[in-house]
Amino acid sequence: MDLRFTPEEQEFRQEVRSFIAENLDKETHASMLAGHRPSKDQIVAWQRVLNRKGWATVDWPVGFGGTGWNIIKRHIFREEVQAYPAPEPLAFGVYMVGPVIITFGTEAQKKKFLPRIANIDDWWCQGFSEPGSGSDLASLKTAARRDGDHYVVNGQKTWTTYAQYADWIFCLVRTNPQAAKPQEGISFLLIDMESPGVTLRPIVTVDGGREINEVFFDDVKVPVENLVGVENRGWDCAKFLLSNERVNTARIGATKERLRRLKKLAADVSENGRPLVDDPSFAEKLAALQIELKALEITQLRVLANEHKNGKGKPDPASSVLKLRGTELQQRITELTLQAAGPHGLVGESLDVPLGHNEDEIAPEWMRLAAPTYFNTRKVTIYGGSNEIQRNIIAKQILGL
Amino acid sequence: MDFDLSDEQRLLRDNVERLAAAPDGVTSDRGWKRERWKKFAELGLLALPFAEEDGGLGWGAVETMIVMEAFGKGLVREPYLATVVIGGGLLRHGCDGEVRKKLAGRIASGELLATLAHTEREARHELADVTLSARKTSGGFVLDGVKSVVPHGDQAELLFVSARSAGGRHERDGVSLFRVDADSKGVMRRAYEFADGTPGAQIRLDNVVVPADALVGEAGKGLALIERVTDEAIAALCAEAVGVMSAMGEMTVAYLKTRKQFGRPIGAFQALQHRAADMFIALEQARSMAVYATMMVGESDAAQRSAAISAAKVTIGQNGRFIGEQAVQLHGGIGMTMEYRLGAYFKRMTAINLMFGDSDHHLRKVADAGGLDRKLA
Repeated sequence: MDLRFTPEEQEFRQEVRSFIAENLDKETHASMLAGHRPSKDQIVAWQRVLNRKGWATVDWPVGFGGTGWNIIKRHIFREEVQAYPAPEPLAFGVYMVGPVIITFGTEAQKKKFLPRIANIDDWWCQGFSEPGSGSDLASLKTAARRDGDHYVVNGQKTWTTYAQYADWIFCLVRTNPQAAKPQEGISFLLIDMESPGVTLRPIVTVDGGREINEVFFDDVKVPVENLVGVENRGWDCAKFLLSNERVNTARIGATKERLRRLKKLAADVSENGRPLVDDPSFAEKLAALQIELKALEITQLRVLANEHKNGKGKPDPASSVLKLRGTELQQRITELTLQAAGPHGLVGESLDVPLGHNEDEIAPEWMRLAAPTYFNTRKVTIYGGSNEIQRNIIAKQILGL
Repeated sequence: MDFDLSDEQRLLRDNVERLAAAPDGVTSDRGWKRERWKKFAELGLLALPFAEEDGGLGWGAVETMIVMEAFGKGLVREPYLATVVIGGGLLRHGCDGEVRKKLAGRIASGELLATLAHTEREARHELADVTLSARKTSGGFVLDGVKSVVPHGDQAELLFVSARSAGGRHERDGVSLFRVDADSKGVMRRAYEFADGTPGAQIRLDNVVVPADALVGEAGKGLALIERVTDEAIAALCAEAVGVMSAMGEMTVAYLKTRKQFGRPIGAFQALQHRAADMFIALEQARSMAVYATMMVGESDAAQRSAAISAAKVTIGQNGRFIGEQAVQLHGGIGMTMEYRLGAYFKRMTAINLMFGDSDHHLRKVADAGGLDRKLA
């Protein structure tokens, strides 16, 4: 038993870090350090840098553009990207639809889509949730009726992140309303966002940001070759995709980076004549967060080491623990950052409005971003299977209740 | 990075678990047995941490973790922590050649019980708060004062007693450590039971005369040794706590599956499922931090070691209390009874939280140290 990384792994970490430092656009880095989410252009530009290096889709099998790194190296890579911070791969393509196509797709689909996902030549979005189908995803109603060599899709998806940028959407649709179980009548369909009959309505979130949308399908014709896997077996794809998503939502590297930054910020804010970081109550909250993060980090390494040892098998239900605790800690950081901002946390601005140089700024940028970021981050315990659903998974799949 | 146990370590775990669960073992929450202590000696457990040149097995923190976790699961009350982990640690890090070898041999064979007499009535968890006085005389020292919470202090033959030989009450410098024979003239013990049934004692030293060579290490410089061994004790205690917590978790899940109300197992109710899930999460985090403590306890940088150990104790304290309280709650009335084993685990967990600093104490320590280091993992 040895928790230390091997010299080779440490060297690899250094290699990744140096590559990011030498190749990441300085403006992108500065903007992310300040607490902005990366823009579409920044995400695309960085993904293409990684793609040229062969690091765009490190988790994919070697024949499809993967690196062949073991699970530990992939963990190190992901952690370094998050901790630098640099934009992460567009999850909807790289972590979600890509692996589904690799696992369930046809040769033609693999050839057509995978290289374009790796390079974000296509921007993908996710069509799972519907107004009446959140945690109870299998109750979804968006219908796809077979008509010759295509499907005709009617219905509505919602909470669709970055649909406004998307070229393609992967959707769960109901192809057999008469199936004995709701899960058995669902198919996984790839839909071109340019198709006639697809319309968007933006949803403004509580932080004032525009990330999510409603997507409407009105007699949208989708060629049959865009079906992934077997008709009416789309639920297999969905389960596979969701278990991958749980692993990637812990985002421990990103939380570490936010914590380091918060410590610095709290050193520059004073109250009662001393830096906030030295205030006993605040310092204890920071310490508690760091301890919980350490516990989660080691838990993640234990899960990874287990998968590493057992090879590729079923997704570890322990990944629910990672999703649950990881998102809770992401929220805690934003709560503490808002607390650190104090009354100047009231000074608002939308995350989407780029900040020009302003000599008379009312409050530093990080303080102005603190409240919107706090509001926005409430989403993380809701998406990817709400944390209550994760508790159900733990209770049923791990504890056998 | 590797979380696996070696074949030898797995064998150790299986042996200790079997021994700890043996039907002739302690099933109530009081007392312990000399016969079992002898079995520990035969199995080599009492020689575990000592160097081979001192007649020991030369094993390390991982093996201690394995033993302590199994002891936690089996609710073992034998004085392993007091004698082997703490007494042994003070011998290994603080005592020289012949004395160390002789005493280590006697501990390993099971004939000698040792403990640390440190906690005083006013000190709470502050290790530097020592008032029992050590007065230097021509032939040695005279110790005078009271230690109020001494684990297994009722039976230990060898007492390591901390005393103030110089400086003011809270000062780091001036704390000295002495080996005191419990039979010495002027040593008075009042035995009592800890809240969990662990034997303990108040020990009064009424002008006890000890020879000069009873001093462990250098006069006035004993605190660093006490801190180091306390950290080792905490790491071991964290592992024991994980054993206790996992036993409570398993009992609770089993109970949820069998107890029926409203015509179905109560584990079918989501309110209880989520509570059980939270207990599982708490256990996994605690387990991770017990492993972290084990890895960091040998860290040569004392400040880093200490912050890591404190971080582990914070997690163990908070999560252990959560799991214990939830386990009792989910069991309902039966969880409140003396004859059901859960109560004994719950009490042990509570006792662990009161030993060597509670969560708040250690959280403050981590905060004061400016957080944790990234050296590991």
